[in-house]
Amino acid sequence: MADSQEALPTGAEVLIRCFEEQGVEHIFGLSGGAAIPVFDALVDSSIELILTRHEQGATHMADGYARATGKPGIVLVTSGPGATNTVTGLLTALMDSAPMIVLTGQTLCENLGYDAFQEADVTGITYPVVKHSYMVRDSADIPRIVKEAFHIATTGRPGPVLIDLPKDITQGPCEAPDRVEMNLPGYTVPGRAAAADLDLAAELIAQSRKPILYVGNGAVIAGAGKAVMELAEKLRAPMVNTLLGKGAADETHPLHLGMLGMHGTAYANKAVDGCDLIMAIGARWDDRITGDVKAFCPTATKIHIDVDPSEFNKIMPMDATLCGDAKLVIEDLLERVSPLDTEEWLWQCNEWRERYPLKYPKKGGLRAQHVLDRLDALTAGNSIVTSDVGQHQMWAAQFCRTREGRRWITSGGAGTMGFGFPAAIGAKMARPNEEVWAVVGDGGFQMTLCELSTAAVHGVAAKVLVINNNFLGMVRQWQELFFENRLSGVDLEGNPDFVKLAEAYGVKGIRIRRPGDVDRKLQEARDHDGPVVVVAEVVKEDNVFPMIPAGAPLSHMIIEPPKERLEKPSGST
Amino acid sequence: MAAPDLALKDTTEASPLHTISVFVADRPGVLVRVALVFARRGYNIESLVVSPAAEGGFSRMTITSSGDPETLGQIIQQLGKLVDVIKAVDHTGDSAYEAEIALIKIECDLDQRTEILQVAEHYGAKVVDYASESLMLRVFGASEKLDACVALLRPYGIVELVRSGKILMARGQKRT
Ligand SMILES: Cc1ncc(C[n+]2csc(CCOP(=O)(O)OP(=O)(O)O)c2C)c(N)n1
Repeated sequence: MADSQEALPTGAEVLIRCFEEQGVEHIFGLSGGAAIPVFDALVDSSIELILTRHEQGATHMADGYARATGKPGIVLVTSGPGATNTVTGLLTALMDSAPMIVLTGQTLCENLGYDAFQEADVTGITYPVVKHSYMVRDSADIPRIVKEAFHIATTGRPGPVLIDLPKDITQGPCEAPDRVEMNLPGYTVPGRAAAADLDLAAELIAQSRKPILYVGNGAVIAGAGKAVMELAEKLRAPMVNTLLGKGAADETHPLHLGMLGMHGTAYANKAVDGCDLIMAIGARWDDRITGDVKAFCPTATKIHIDVDPSEFNKIMPMDATLCGDAKLVIEDLLERVSPLDTEEWLWQCNEWRERYPLKYPKKGGLRAQHVLDRLDALTAGNSIVTSDVGQHQMWAAQFCRTREGRRWITSGGAGTMGFGFPAAIGAKMARPNEEVWAVVGDGGFQMTLCELSTAAVHGVAAKVLVINNNFLGMVRQWQELFFENRLSGVDLEGNPDFVKLAEAYGVKGIRIRRPGDVDRKLQEARDHDGPVVVVAEVVKEDNVFPMIPAGAPLSHMIIEPPKERLEKPSGST
Repeated sequence: MAAPDLALKDTTEASPLHTISVFVADRPGVLVRVALVFARRGYNIESLVVSPAAEGGFSRMTITSSGDPETLGQIIQQLGKLVDVIKAVDHTGDSAYEAEIALIKIECDLDQRTEILQVAEHYGAKVVDYASESLMLRVFGASEKLDACVALLRPYGIVELVRSGKILMARGQKRT
């Protein structure tokens, strides 16, 4: 008996073999006692371990990796604090439907519940921030659990799955079964929408003269971009996209009006406000879009396509709901619709587009918008752009027009500062032949910039553009506009010199101070073969416009900097 | 879960009680996942019964809960999203058979016993423990009947009350 036991692989070896079989090439993580058996198994594996400097960084790298490819990003951390450091990354991935698998070490099974060293009830802590989770109590379950985790993370509405691994499970012998079958009786993946729902939607669409397609992350995930554009062209309907839906359909398409919502283009929001039919394609009527729900398109017909039926009628009642994969649903819908008479409507939308273009002052110092506008021009949409959270995120969303899905990666639902830079590392590892830019603020960059080590050590040639305004700019903007400019806790005076800091990590640093230098310095960064940090020292007190105050109707959009004092917004955050 | 509520419910003003049946795969953590869906939306669970289902590896949860119907609709949708939930149905207003059991301990003098036993008889309650200073009654039936019985017995000095929580099954061909 003892002999045959010795011949058995360990739980960790079986685990890593399962990941290899799933085609995993990279794991992002940071080790610790309870996870050592798994790190040990990686020594002999084809999987490359990317050692990060903080577990949060590992989660965002895995997230960026996932969003750039659609394949799940894998994270491996130890128990206790290692595991709790992944919570922000789990929330970020869950809110934005990113597939991710997080492996956490755990104390021995016999110690569970005894406050053993670095024991934390990790499944308990993470219930609200995972799509699903497991604690392995029998190593023979490992192959099934891994198979299920990949299936759950990547299908339907994707999301993060956590697997908690007690050390005796990973260290001990594992008698893995030969055949592995999933056992998920409560989990179904919607495919095509019901014919009756498609017919109803087509009927409603046929009556519309002022339709609009409101395209979200679901369209990116489903790879529905081509189908969406085909639908827009067939119906002659304009499109708008959400912050996360950027690029699902080409933002430079003549029927595309850009991003809608709080900091969307004025013409996108005017079109939404004036439409007679709005069809959400993998978008969830989020409060950054709807503002005042009661005043949001009150008379327009509403249709919702989503793979997650729990989103239907959640925020407002729908006239038709189509449950299924966005691409398949639109393909089926295309067969049922004919061109609409939208000539006047398109004329109106274009008139708004011409009357209210995105603009920024060309004088008075270096502007973030100018830098981003030039980055867009120089890269011509052929790069992957990730962003952090704040003003720079909104400017990047406005000025970096996205031509294709999975080329724009940002934390939308959670709004996680510190996301942008590690996400770019993950995206670059996933797609090494692409030019990858992380647009970050000086505030958020400092939350995860220790990963400069990770980028330097692994030679990950992601390019960081720090929009340095020496403020927590977005909060400062709110305080200026809505709190009588009573600035509180937003001044980042005492920032490090980011160029020197980059150099200290062995990463090239470039500073831009003058508008006239923008093109040359950006090009210098583009030409550099390796990670680089470009620091744009921009004017300190610029604001993002257009802006719809939180909770306000679209008609309250502020297009130009206001002269009078504004009321405090009623909406949250 | 609700704090023990020994007073008779004022059914006129309380928001309506809903009975939800949740059919789940019997996996670790499924109860917590279900409970969190309610808790996050500020919904109070009044009673909760978990028991093995006819099919091996599955459990049946019967949950009574109060709150506005719209939020409840949301909760049902969110329950359906949980990986381990096979089905979640609101049975409020459905044709279904419902039952509950209550155990009631009353401290009473000998001279009160006759009256108590009369009440008990009326509700078909059985005396399951006879002690010199107390009685334990077991009453069985619809939750409303149990409410009424408890209310009538309260003046005699109920010292302990344990209720099983409501269980429910759809009638006829319909599945719960
Ligand atoms: C982890 C985290 N903490 C706090 C916030 C709230 N918040 C949103 S934007 C913002 C300011 C960001 O400042 P910076 O990174 O410098 O970018 P800027 O707005 O100046 O472009 C803050 C503090 C957040 N979104 N995430």
